[in-house]
Amino acid sequence: MTAPPTAGRASRSDTGGTSATGSEPRRARRADLAGPALVLPFALLFVLFLLWPLAAGLWTSFTDRSLVGTAPSFVGLDNWAEMAADPMVWRSLWTTLLFTLLTTPPLVAVALLMAVLTQRAVRVGWFLRFSFFSPFLLPVAVVSLIWVWIYQPGFGMLNGALTGLGLPEVNWLGDEGTVLLSIAITTVWWTVGFNYLLYLAALQGIPSQVYEAASLDGAGAWQRFRRITLPLLNRTTAIVVLLQMVASLKLFDQAYLMTNGSGGPDYAARPIIGYIFDSGFTNLRIGYSSAISYLFFAVIIAVSALQFWLFTRKENTA
Amino acid sequence: MNVDPPHPPLPGIGRRALLAGGLGAAGLALAGCGGTTAAATGAPVPIRQWNLFTGGDGARMVEMHDRFADEHPEYDLRPTTYLWGNPYYTKFAMGAAGGRSFDIGTLHLSRVKGMGAGTLIDPVPRDVLAEFGITEETVRPALWEKATVDGELYAIPLDTHLVVTYYNREVCEQAGVLESDGTLVRTSGVEDLFDVLAAVKEVTGHFGIVMDTTGAWRQFWSLYRQLGGEMALEDELGLDDDKALQSLDFLRRVSEEGLAPKASDAPGTPARFQNGIAGLMLAGNWELPTMQDAGMDFGMRPFPGVFGDELGQGDSHVFVLPHRREPDEEAVRASVAYAAWMLKNSIIWAGGGHTPAYLPVAESEDYAALEPQAEYRAAADDVQLDPDAWFSGSAAALMSEANSVMAGVHNGSSTPEETLAAFKRAVQKLIDTPPPV
Repeated sequence: MTAPPTAGRASRSDTGGTSATGSEPRRARRADLAGPALVLPFALLFVLFLLWPLAAGLWTSFTDRSLVGTAPSFVGLDNWAEMAADPMVWRSLWTTLLFTLLTTPPLVAVALLMAVLTQRAVRVGWFLRFSFFSPFLLPVAVVSLIWVWIYQPGFGMLNGALTGLGLPEVNWLGDEGTVLLSIAITTVWWTVGFNYLLYLAALQGIPSQVYEAASLDGAGAWQRFRRITLPLLNRTTAIVVLLQMVASLKLFDQAYLMTNGSGGPDYAARPIIGYIFDSGFTNLRIGYSSAISYLFFAVIIAVSALQFWLFTRKENTA
Repeated sequence: MNVDPPHPPLPGIGRRALLAGGLGAAGLALAGCGGTTAAATGAPVPIRQWNLFTGGDGARMVEMHDRFADEHPEYDLRPTTYLWGNPYYTKFAMGAAGGRSFDIGTLHLSRVKGMGAGTLIDPVPRDVLAEFGITEETVRPALWEKATVDGELYAIPLDTHLVVTYYNREVCEQAGVLESDGTLVRTSGVEDLFDVLAAVKEVTGHFGIVMDTTGAWRQFWSLYRQLGGEMALEDELGLDDDKALQSLDFLRRVSEEGLAPKASDAPGTPARFQNGIAGLMLAGNWELPTMQDAGMDFGMRPFPGVFGDELGQGDSHVFVLPHRREPDEEAVRASVAYAAWMLKNSIIWAGGGHTPAYLPVAESEDYAALEPQAEYRAAADDVQLDPDAWFSGSAAALMSEANSVMAGVHNGSSTPEETLAAFKRAVQKLIDTPPPV
């Protein structure tokens, strides 16, 4: 990273001796300096706020650092060994992965469906755009509050509707079998608007002549959707899926708020970030929680890499 | 030995001199010694207070603070309120670790040891406290004792608060479970209580009683203590399995027999009571202002004597002095003066449902006249504090582990035996965890 500036300085002293050679190398030298100089502010911030904390966090995971500030001591791989043997780590990691599996497909499919619908319903387009996107504008605290009441057994809206239809009540947030699903439903309602927006923009980028030509050739609506819309949205789908998976893996706020920080019955809705929070802040063990966060970091990188590989492969073969 | 030597050897003068030097060089020498002369010139002494009261009790604290500010212009009180539970404790720990963020903070008595008495929390100078009229004789003995660690006083107890029974007077009257003076009948034993709950359920059409099933620890510990159960949390978990099972089985039965909801979370519980879905509620006395504001006709009694005396789980709000990087007697003195004033004026605080720890107020006629506090205040004498450990206490790990596994006995997803086994595993894991304090 420090190579370009040194090279620049070296070339200055070189040209200093041979200033009579003209303006040609001087201009090149200035260009040499401009690049690094433009990158420098970002590079500094990157080092200060990303690389340094990353390294510090990794180091912390090898210590018994406590939030209460007693001098930490080096404990080697103790935290990592404890983590490997801690069932709650694997359980909460599974909760996070399960949540990602539960939310990503509907968040992509529903967003696409809504975008196509908006594209076709020209006259009420503004209304659909507004109502599909507006939940995304709500803060997480408001969303959680709304849905905690909707899910209430006995007097909540959802259970009211179920009993009205003659169906039995579901103990949405109070049952370990449904609590994560409930949070997933809330999340879909809340964040689908963002993916919808991306799809809507991409749909508007597909030229209408393509559709016209296809209809002249006798392609039906379904065929046009399958053979034109979907393939031309491929790149958008790749980015939507990637962003969505990373967002879902980072589950914490709504799970924490909707279970009052308890993680739900028998921790059925405590994601790994919840466990990192509990270890670091409730139990004050920053060292141990750093180790877990590094495990999780590795998982996110692995998932993103796998996904990236899958999509680039698809594009190359297509 | 208790006092952690301040790590960076930077004495106050050095830092000030450095500051003054820097400012002087910049041509602003007049600002250099502002801090040190404040008291001499009669400027108010700042008291930076941190607290965790956001509910009905928070409003009362603000009322008290306004009065304190009126009466004591020599102090400049600067209170800051953070969200109850982890959000507060995190800031407390980090602020105290820094050693200069605040002068006095509120805490739960059960967390004093866990939050680092001696490292993060400095002892209260008893002589200064006595100067302002607070001595061992004027505070509830059980609280004073718990606030004392290794012979040093680490906390100034403000109140006691505990889980109690709320009852909807209108519903209970129709159910015929009121005494002639309009108070709820006293029950003893499981069957006696269940008869009352069944009668109340007849009237409400839904449930007899409601309790926070996602916060079952408070109920569990009350019941377990009624049975005389003890919990030892050192090296090996010491727990009386039979008594724990009996307590858990009560929670299972009350939900399974339809007398209480199988699931009711923290916001849903008071809502069910307020809307008449349940005629009784087990909840902390701090819900009192909420019910009063709702204009309900209700009364309060101690936690029912299911297995013996009417004991209820509870805790105490205390004032503590965070560890200071640089000693500042003036600030400590001002903070102690403030805490003493709060104790002496805790009749306002008592309006929010908490029972004053300061005996002259707790035994005063003004307090005796408060309703419905009068109905349950006797229970505060024998409040059941959480067991001792760094991971125990309000919003700490023991409570959240218990809450998480015990929700299952209410909703029927696990038996009391399975729940107890899971709870014991979780607690043993906490015991085996290297303590961070």
